[in-house]
Amino acid sequence: MKIVVCVNHVPDTETKIKVGPDNKTIDKAGVNFMLSPYDEFAVEEALRLKEKHSGEVTVMSLGGDVHKETLRKALAMGVEKAVLLKDDSVRDSFGIAKALADEIKTMAPDIVLFGKQSIDFDDAQVGTMVAEILGFASVSVVVKLTIENGKVTCEREIEGGHETVESKLPCVIQAQRGLNEPRYPSLKGIMSAKTKPIVEKPAASAEMRVEPVALRKPQSKAAGKIVGTDKSAVADLVRLLHEEAKVI
Amino acid sequence: MKILAFAEQRDNRFRKSSFETVQTGKKIADQLNAEFVALVIGSGVGSIAGELGHYGASRVVIVDDPSLTQHSNSAYAKVIAEIAKKEAAGIIFLPASQMGKDIAPRIAVKLDAGLASDCIALKIENGDVIATRPVFAGKALLDVKVNTAVKMFTLRPNVFTAVASEGAASAENVSVALTPEDLATMVKEVKVATGRPDVTEADIIVSGGRGLKGPENWHLIENLADVLGAAVGASRAVVDAGWRPHDEQVGQTGKTVAPTMYIACGVSGAVQHLAGMSSSKCIVAINKDKDAPIFQVADYGIVGDVFEVLPELTAELKKALGK
Repeated sequence: MKIVVCVNHVPDTETKIKVGPDNKTIDKAGVNFMLSPYDEFAVEEALRLKEKHSGEVTVMSLGGDVHKETLRKALAMGVEKAVLLKDDSVRDSFGIAKALADEIKTMAPDIVLFGKQSIDFDDAQVGTMVAEILGFASVSVVVKLTIENGKVTCEREIEGGHETVESKLPCVIQAQRGLNEPRYPSLKGIMSAKTKPIVEKPAASAEMRVEPVALRKPQSKAAGKIVGTDKSAVADLVRLLHEEAKVI
Repeated sequence: MKILAFAEQRDNRFRKSSFETVQTGKKIADQLNAEFVALVIGSGVGSIAGELGHYGASRVVIVDDPSLTQHSNSAYAKVIAEIAKKEAAGIIFLPASQMGKDIAPRIAVKLDAGLASDCIALKIENGDVIATRPVFAGKALLDVKVNTAVKMFTLRPNVFTAVASEGAASAENVSVALTPEDLATMVKEVKVATGRPDVTEADIIVSGGRGLKGPENWHLIENLADVLGAAVGASRAVVDAGWRPHDEQVGQTGKTVAPTMYIACGVSGAVQHLAGMSSSKCIVAINKDKDAPIFQVADYGIVGDVFEVLPELTAELKKALGK
């Protein structure tokens, strides 16, 4: 089985976002970056598919040299090959999807894995766009995946429940938390990741379809009222919710 | 110019987010002096299409096909793209629901359209729609402009208003030919988890954190939720600890929510949790630690023990709501 997993390098979840001087992107100074958490589930699933069905896993990312850190994390987890589509420009999701799809096409994989969304711009578009561009099937927000005799069966999360989806190969799968528990890279894995090659290629250009106009912080809320310090405050709280906030 | 809104249904019932999408689409159409049409896809959906008249749709296109009974991203995307082409729609709105997010990127590729996901506000500037979308799980807001001829927007559920009024819709049936290939990805079964609403669609959420001390104490959260008809949420810490399922997790690696009221119980308010819930309209926090960051975003707080306050609050609300 030929498996590709696409990953993004994003500010970690503890980051307090500051707006950059161009008012369109974030100020990256002092920000720690990490493998996007949903992409980590995708990498783990890619490795499990390989272990079960044999084959080969390639991890791919689009971005600047800093993305190598995230590619190395995937290599340390056990992925064999890494491709970096080099690009330092600001792209929209279509621009990312188009460049990834062009490269993935040359590899003719059976399955392509993504996280359900990258936790920076939260677009949740790239995986499904790659599928559409390549004419692949796709299933998003996947919490359970089985592939047997070329038939793909997934459980995906929906509002208030789950759907069982049947699909076919080649397929793009977008991982949701719950799909698996990602492994920690072993010391041996970390050491060998340092010497595994990362193939660098230029990313194909694409027009900007969705243009950022302005990035800003949401209006911060003023801290509210402390109604009391024990259960005797409950009657007051209920009255305030009814009369002042009018939410009940 | 024409504006098209996709109204999602499941089991021939519209989701609230569909009404929000239709009403918002109609509002934008009025502002741009554009025609407006709503689209319903499914099997036997003719009987429900009229409901969209109450939300501003005077014309509804129906694609009624037994093979579309269940969601199929490939088939649904094809049908919506075909109808959009036939109607020459310049702007397409969909709900940013799990179905909407599953199909919108496919439609965007088919129509060479730019797609702004999960929008929480729309305004018109010099004839362009400027959409505001939360990024970094709501830690920042990004205004975007779509540059393509056909523009697409998905709208975050529970943010835009849907108020029913008088109004009737005329419906017309259109068929779109589907091949076995189009139907190759298909939902076979739907399992609904609980009787409670999902956190992304709920008006009220009661959320629990580590202060609850263990999963065996969750009845305190659930009892309060039941009195309010609320959804149950959880912090990342308790989901990581395996106390609660991940589909209840609110925050950056869980769900971003914007209910009318969010009651945080024993939740300290880590950055990534606050990002996911601070746009709730009214926030109530109950926590023993007066310095917990959750109090910085709370409208009302009780600095107290959840084990004492929650049962009292449940009882008091039961009385107030006459339950």
